[in-house]
Amino acid sequence: MQDDDRLKEKGSGLTRRTFLKASGISLSVPLVMGHRVIKVSGAEVKLYGPGKVPIQLTINGKTQTAQVEPRVTLLEALRNDLDMTGAKRVCDRGTCGACTMIVDGKAVYSCTMLAIDAQGKSITTVEGLMQGEKLHPVQQAFIDNDAQQCGFCTPGFVVASKAFLDKNPNPTPEQIKKGLGGNLCRCGTYMGVRAAVMQAAKGGRRNG
Amino acid sequence: MAEYKWPEADKRTLIGKRISRIDGPFKVSGRAKYSFDINRPGMLFGKILRSPHAHAKIKSVDTSAAEKMPGVKAVHVVAGPDTELYWVGASIVAVAAVDEPTAEDAIRAIKVDYEVLPHLVIDNDPKAAGEFARTANENKAGDPDKGFSDAEVTIEGNYGLPVITHCCLEPHGSVMEWEGDNVLAHLSTQAVSGSVAQIARPLEIPATSVRVQQDHIGGGFGSKFGPDEWDITAARLSKKAGGKPVKMFNERDAELMVAGARPSDYARVKIGVKKDGTITAWESQSWGTGGIGGGGSPPIPYIFNIPNQRKQHTNIVNHIGSQRAWRAPNHPQACAITMTALEDAAAALNMDPYDFFMKNIELTGQRAQIYSDELKIAADLIDWKKNWHARGDKAAGPIKRGLGLSIHTWGGLGHPSDCDLTIQPDGSVELKMGTQDLGTGTRTALNIIVADTLGLPMTAVKINIGDSRYPASGGSGGSTTIGGISASSRRASLDALDQVFAKAAPALDAKPEDLEVVNGTVRVKSNPAKSMTWAQACSKLGATPLTVRGKNPGPGSLTNQGVGGAQMADVSVDIETGIVKMNKIVAVQDCGLIIDLKTAESQCYGALIMGVCYALYEEKIMDAKTGRMLNPNMEFYKLAGIADIGELVVHMMTGKGYDERGVIGLGEPPVISPGAAISNAVANATGVRVPYLPLTPDRVLAALEKKGGNNARI
Repeated sequence: MQDDDRLKEKGSGLTRRTFLKASGISLSVPLVMGHRVIKVSGAEVKLYGPGKVPIQLTINGKTQTAQVEPRVTLLEALRNDLDMTGAKRVCDRGTCGACTMIVDGKAVYSCTMLAIDAQGKSITTVEGLMQGEKLHPVQQAFIDNDAQQCGFCTPGFVVASKAFLDKNPNPTPEQIKKGLGGNLCRCGTYMGVRAAVMQAAKGGRRNG
Repeated sequence: MAEYKWPEADKRTLIGKRISRIDGPFKVSGRAKYSFDINRPGMLFGKILRSPHAHAKIKSVDTSAAEKMPGVKAVHVVAGPDTELYWVGASIVAVAAVDEPTAEDAIRAIKVDYEVLPHLVIDNDPKAAGEFARTANENKAGDPDKGFSDAEVTIEGNYGLPVITHCCLEPHGSVMEWEGDNVLAHLSTQAVSGSVAQIARPLEIPATSVRVQQDHIGGGFGSKFGPDEWDITAARLSKKAGGKPVKMFNERDAELMVAGARPSDYARVKIGVKKDGTITAWESQSWGTGGIGGGGSPPIPYIFNIPNQRKQHTNIVNHIGSQRAWRAPNHPQACAITMTALEDAAAALNMDPYDFFMKNIELTGQRAQIYSDELKIAADLIDWKKNWHARGDKAAGPIKRGLGLSIHTWGGLGHPSDCDLTIQPDGSVELKMGTQDLGTGTRTALNIIVADTLGLPMTAVKINIGDSRYPASGGSGGSTTIGGISASSRRASLDALDQVFAKAAPALDAKPEDLEVVNGTVRVKSNPAKSMTWAQACSKLGATPLTVRGKNPGPGSLTNQGVGGAQMADVSVDIETGIVKMNKIVAVQDCGLIIDLKTAESQCYGALIMGVCYALYEEKIMDAKTGRMLNPNMEFYKLAGIADIGELVVHMMTGKGYDERGVIGLGEPPVISPGAAISNAVANATGVRVPYLPLTPDRVLAALEKKGGNNARI
């Protein structure tokens, strides 16, 4: 199916990803390393696809390669192509935080970043927080404070908490509520999360 | 023979302590594999074309273009010509393709013609529902006419709450694959053992050919008791694709549209009271919907067995999507209607609702003393007598503060559950049970019980659940799991211990019944110096491991039913913006003997938060004209965030009087009261009753505008 046809479709036919894929196209030049370069309003823009393109991602310090369509998100590339399923796809539109990763030091919703755009950036996922068999202090704090029930939101919360603490090493309870407001839990583990982040900030272990 | 009872408090080494969940390290590190995370070699991705109409008949389906697309491996028509569809999102055609983008493209290439039929998705007025309204039942108790003529004050009001959806974070779905004539199902389910036959039946294969596996589940809340149509469809696609695994999970919009709805319930309630607070009569006309199957049947008046009653209930059959059990089915609705109406009656008498509830507490029947004790504790924890004021906070300014209360009940008897406990000659211990851990801590509870009973550290016991090849255990619903699994694992552990003692006794020159195991040491009770290690004792088993089947139901009284809970809420309401802010909720709850205090408290915290969600935010908003859900996503289907819940205080009723009742389920009860308690707190703060949940700013402002009240003007 051509992009032009997609743009003509009404309503739900045009998804966020097809829109991202279709926008900015004016003309094509020969293929260079998985993408072409086109000019848009005088500026050079990389154009990927259609079809699968090779990508290279730096995840938890390791270089990983995959073949994905340009419309595939960073989250989906990891989950479907690299079998890294720690980050979860829940809302799939930047609301719930279950897919949180740290990209170049910043917490991002990986469902709203295209895999091709994550190339050349440093990506940290929940799988990268342990050192060998040793849990990260944030992870240990989530266990100690039972900041998890079904656990489906937990990887996103753990990564978001780490990113938050990296920037706010000594947070107040109010800062925690604001800083982690971008993650949602359905089982209702927020009391545990609040206590866990506080514990991790203090670097200690709660009794019990 | 073992005596099947729980250990006395001073003998418990692990039971009742505050213990971290054993699968915590896997969950926090992303290593826990949910069914949604299963990636199998050669796996295909399934997608479904869904109905855009709330009610329609299919005229034609053309899948030819999709079938020709490269990468599409199987197409299955779920609803062919002449099939009637009853809600938006109903499945029509499913495809399996090599990746998600290809499957999405294939779905778009399918053409369907519909005959659009009339629909109804609104449920707030039974008169407007016309032919879709069905009178479900009419009841009378005592003499309602006399009850109302005896009353000195009569109040009337509307109460209720809308349809909400489960919004499980892991959507409904599965990875299905054929291995020859057998199906392997990685299903997201609350019923591992119970799903096998439900998968086999539509596929017309023997249940012995189906295996269900699930390590972890990302939420269920009552909506995942078996395979869904799309799971069976995934198996059909897999078969068409030569057995290749097919991963089929709902997109978020479909999850909210089709994968579960809690029935709404609304009521016009009339209550008669005497000036001293005695309740004399109840009358209600109630109605609600659960979609095409009708609605629920909330037991109103809830808990308070008011002597004279007249009740009529109407089910509205509509096209909102299918209803499913939702944590404590019917109870949150019944509670939200009853406890609010009763609080209005107290307000009409200018009586503190705490005193009003206490005055009528005998109407609650056999648990009156528990409710009474719990209300007293809750009142202390929230400082009710100091902080409560008559309706309408007289404080200056737009922020009004108020308190509300509610009580609730649930059953929670343990379900049928089998397990196999194996003790190896080297002393290692393993338990197998076809149950599942919804995040309630089932694995951890099993580990605690076996280790405590065998006198071993938790790490010495391996717990295996989540496989239908293990002994069958009931579905996790209705707070039946902890009672079932704890009773059967305790029985198995006690029986196994008996057998180990029988083998070890001769070497200690003692009778089996004179032995005990403490801290990994098997010893003679009267002479602890005569002892051997657990491993030495197990070596007496010889070469063959010992396997004991534990069952529930079974001998001894290990599980029980019937709990009570009391909750109190403290809110602030901005009467200029209508925004309700949670300050605090106190929950006092009993559940018999607690196995793990830490995860038990987590159940209560979680239930309170879920309660805040449906009290303040959640609603499946339907568009009357198109029949579509307007908020099938997580930015407009609102859930509470970490800043929205205020302070939560949980007090578990434990110890004497509670422990000896045995183990009782806890998942449901604490989620029942928050809607009523929060609504009552808002009424207390603002001076007006907001009739229907959720207490959104528009509803709060509308109630203030309509009814006036002490604070309508500032």
